[in-house]
This record gives sequence, structure tokens and C-alpha cells, in this order.
Amino acid sequence: MEQTRPPMSQRINRGLTYLVALAIALWILIPIYLIALAAFSPRQLVYSWPKPLLPTSISIETMRFFLTSYGVLASVRNSVVVAVITLFLSLLIGAPAGYALARYVFRGHHAFQLLILSTRAFPIVILSIPMAVTFINWGLYDTVLSVALVHTAMALPTTVLVTSSVFIGIPKELEEAAMTLGCNRLQAVLRVVLPLALPGLAAAAIFTFVLSWNEVFAAAILTLQNRTLPAKMVVQLNESPIPFRFAGGFFLLVPSLLFIFAIRKYLFNLWGVKLK
Amino acid sequence: MAEIRLENVRKVFDRKVVAVDGVSLMVKDQEFTVLLGPSGCGKTTLLRCVAGLEQVDGGRIFIGGRDVTFLPPRQRHIAMVFQSYAVFPHLTVFENIAFGLRMQRQPEAAIRQRVQEAAELLHIADLLERYPSQLSGGQRQRVAVARAIAVHPEVLLMDEPLSNLDALLRLEMRAELKRLLRDIHATTIYVTHDQVEALSLGDRIAVMRDGRILQYDTPLAVYDHPANTFVGGFIGNPPMNFLKGMLRHREDRLEVATSGGTLEVPEAMRSALLAQNRDDVIIGVRAENIEPQTQEAPNTLRGTVLVVEPLGSHNLLTVRVGEEHVKVSTSADFRPRSGETLWLRVHPDKLRWFDPETGQAIRGE
Repeated sequence: MEQTRPPMSQRINRGLTYLVALAIALWILIPIYLIALAAFSPRQLVYSWPKPLLPTSISIETMRFFLTSYGVLASVRNSVVVAVITLFLSLLIGAPAGYALARYVFRGHHAFQLLILSTRAFPIVILSIPMAVTFINWGLYDTVLSVALVHTAMALPTTVLVTSSVFIGIPKELEEAAMTLGCNRLQAVLRVVLPLALPGLAAAAIFTFVLSWNEVFAAAILTLQNRTLPAKMVVQLNESPIPFRFAGGFFLLVPSLLFIFAIRKYLFNLWGVKLK
Repeated sequence: MAEIRLENVRKVFDRKVVAVDGVSLMVKDQEFTVLLGPSGCGKTTLLRCVAGLEQVDGGRIFIGGRDVTFLPPRQRHIAMVFQSYAVFPHLTVFENIAFGLRMQRQPEAAIRQRVQEAAELLHIADLLERYPSQLSGGQRQRVAVARAIAVHPEVLLMDEPLSNLDALLRLEMRAELKRLLRDIHATTIYVTHDQVEALSLGDRIAVMRDGRILQYDTPLAVYDHPANTFVGGFIGNPPMNFLKGMLRHREDRLEVATSGGTLEVPEAMRSALLAQNRDDVIIGVRAENIEPQTQEAPNTLRGTVLVVEPLGSHNLLTVRVGEEHVKVSTSADFRPRSGETLWLRVHPDKLRWFDPETGQAIRGE
């Protein structure tokens, strides 16, 4: 029995596509793998050369050393608190703004959109000193709240624009249908728009979380004692032994990976891929 | 009781585009009114004003004697079917149909029963557990209608509900809608640009152009006695034929001379036409009211056959009469050759008369 097979050119094309996908995946995965390997190797192995490429001997000694170092756990907690506050604040402020941009035609609509983007053009370096002074005056200096506020400000343009495009993608008629069926505008948004916007809002949330988790500069300037993890790392890195750096690097990676993993279903949904 | 009364409704977009220009309309209780017009004539905007989805810029809207002009949609006791169906993609068919009932906080048992009823009326009772993405376009359309009628609305508003269906399905749904709407006793306003839909569904048709209603009458009256040349040209397939003519007196009778010949003016039209105080006039006649003859005869228009289109049930001729083209509908076995000369007889009662300047119909006694 002869089976029908796709023509040669098509099979080559498909092969090439997979090859490129593989190359991109490896480009990202290999460094992660190497960092993880070093983080979970015994200390003397990290210093050895050539390094083994396979996990020959696993040890949590380095990780334990990192996590029990003075102030690390506290800064992890700070980072999580800052990221979560940032995520909630930016969605709370950004999503309604995105909704307004998507649904209402008002005077200065385009100018407003540009203005939002232009806030990204301000280098945080220039703003940092006046910001630090302001926070000192407000009594917010060296608190997680001050970092969360700055991170929210940094995340808002993306949140507004991403959520606005999410809301644009949801037909207005769905809301109107809900309104003819007994909803007021808020109910229509809560019962119809929000469930449909969830994947997109989740995507916006990831961006925000990862942005806040990784942000170094503002966090380093605005805090002394209550440092977030990246801020603490950036200050301490140069004086730390190499295993400590690997352990720290791996630890910084993990939440982003987990977070993306947890909401990848929504992400794929957003991009039109069905995940079984 | 829910008659709909519009008084001088005005809607302006961006302070300059007048979408609805002082429309007054009365739809009786349980009547089926069709808003018909070309795209951009304001019919959908007018419907959305009745629904409360657009705020009017002038005038009043009454539903069942209640002034609803400034009430939100949910307080108007209406239901609406959208052109895009607007079925909620995150809810099952059951929950879609139940949506309005849940908003009314009906008890669960009543919701089940009414969803079942509505679903059975639209033959989708076996699809209740599915999600909209698993349905065909026709099935989604049924869900949208079921969702609207499940709330037992006093007023049902439909915005081109059939325009996204393919031709065969549209024909089937049209007949089904007609049966359904007769049974549910809601006052209905139905928007379409399809004149066949309008003629077949409506108790009355409101023909719109440029934000105004040109004529509001029964389908037959709109078809037979168009209020002006636009309505005559918009409704009917082919559209009404229009010919320029000059009135003149011959002995004690009144005649109208066209470039193809002279026709007698019926006695009933005489005084109305003379009252116009002008000689020129436009006459209109529908393709099926023209009888082509192969022999010369008085009171006919002489013309040359340009095109013969056999359409199965009948033939459609394009005949050149003087400078103008006239569509003639003939029986299927009358098949003249192109280039042949024909004499077109029109029954005087079937002639329609229009003012050449305003296009308005001139009515006799």
C-alpha cells in the first residue's frame, strides 16, 4: 500500500521550521541549564575546569548557602511583595484606562495615547534623585511601597496599551447585547467583557510581574535596608563567591519561569493556539 | 400593550453627520415594522436609539405609552438581535439563552423551562451544552434569537439578523422567523437593506433615506404606490421603470407623450395632473405590468429589444424606448430576438405619476 506523503519541498520546509524553533529554544535553554547546573553542584565543582556538562553530582549545598545568607530571604519576600503590589496597582489603574481608550472616542484620544508612551521615554536615572527626595519627604523612603509605586509607574504604559488592545479585540456588540438583556454597563463589563479579557489581562500581569521582579535601578536607589532581591544582588554580586552568584542567578530566574508556566494556557489562548 | 411611538427623533454624530433627521413613527402593538433603506440611511442608528444604545439628540421615544427617551436599555423591556449575533463565546448555549432570565433573577426552575421552550422553538434544544465556537453560523443565529425571545420581551428589535447567512439558509430562516414572530406576540422593528426580506416579513415597511422616512405603509402599498421615485427605484426587482413625458390635450382628452409613443391619461388622474401647472411629468411602471406585443397598436410605446434574460419562471427583457431603457417581465415562452421591435402596452391603472422636480408621487382621486 502506497501512502500519500506531502511533497518533498513541504517536508523540507517543515523540517527547517522545527530546526529554527529548536535553535531558538536551545539559545534560551542552554544558559538556563548551565546556571541551574552550577547552582546545584558542589562548590569545588563550580571552580573546576573544564566544567562537567552533565549533572554528575547534585548538591543543594550552594543553594542552601545562598538562601541562608544574611538578608536573602527578607529580600525575596520584599521582591514578591513589591511585584504583587505592582501587579495589582497597575491592573487596577491600567485596565480601566485601557478600557476607556478602547471603547470611548473622546477629545485628545490620540494625544493621550502618545502621552502614555512618552512616559517611557523618560530615563529613570534622571528621575531617581527627585524621586528619592520626594519619597524621603513623604516618609516612604526605604519601604517596599515606594518601590512598588515606582514599578507601577513604569509598568503602566505597557499595561494600558496591552489591555486597551485586549478590550478592542472584544466586540462592542457583546457588551451591548448584555445591556439589552438587563445589565448596566458595569455588570456588562464584569459578566461578559472581563471573562473574555482574562487571557489578555493575564499576559499584561506577567509582563508587570517580571518587570518588577527584574527591576534593579529604582529598587537600588529607593531602598537601603528593605532591598528587593535584584537590588541586593547587584550591590553584593562583586563581593560574592562564584557559587553564590550562580545560586542567586538561578533563584532570580525561577519565579518568572513558574509564572509563565502557570499562565501559559492563557498566553497560548491569546495567541490562538489550543493547548490540550 | 407595547406600541412604539417615535416623535421627531434626531441623532447627530460628531456634531455634523445627521444620521437620523427628525423621524416620527408609530408601530402598533404586536405589529411587525421593517426599516428598509440603503446602507448609511440611518436605519440601524434609529433602531439603536429605540434600544437605548444611542442617546438621541432630539425628540422623544415612547414604548407602551412610557417615555423611555432617557432610560438605559435594561429598563425598556426590549430584546435585540444583532447583525453579528453577539452570542457570548464564554457561555454555553444554555447560559446564553438564560442570560437575560438570570439578570431578572428568575427562579432556577423557571429559567430551565423558558430556556427549553425557546430552544425548542428554534430547534436547538440538542445544542444546549455546546459552546458557540462549536456551532455553525446558522446555529449561532438561532441562539441569538432564542436568547432574545426567552425574556418574553414586549419589543423585539432585529438588526439585519439574516444578512450573515448564506442565501439558502437565509430563505429558510426567513420563513421560520415569520412563523416564530407571529407566535410570540412582540412588537417588532426589523432593520434590513434587503427589499425582498422587507416585503415578505413586514406588516408595514418604513423606507428610509438620508435619515428620513420617505414612506411608511403596507408592503403592497409601498410596492404598488411608491411615495416617490426613490422608493419605486429601491423596491422591487427589477426596480420600477421611469420615463419622461409631456402632457398635452387632444380634443377633450389628456395624453402623455414619451419618446416611444403616446399614452392616454386615465380620467382619475386628470385633475391632479392639471393641478400641477406644468407640462412635464415622470411616469413609472413596473416590469410585470407591461405587456409586450408584436403588432403595432395605439396607446403603446414602441421599443427595440436590447437584451433577453431567461430566468426560468419568466423572461426579463431590456427594451430601448426612445432614449430610455425599460425592463419588461414576460412569460417564459415569449422569447423575442434582440433587435426586434415591440409595442409595449401598459394598463392605465398601473401607471404611476411623479413630479419631475421633487420626484414625489402625484396621486389621483
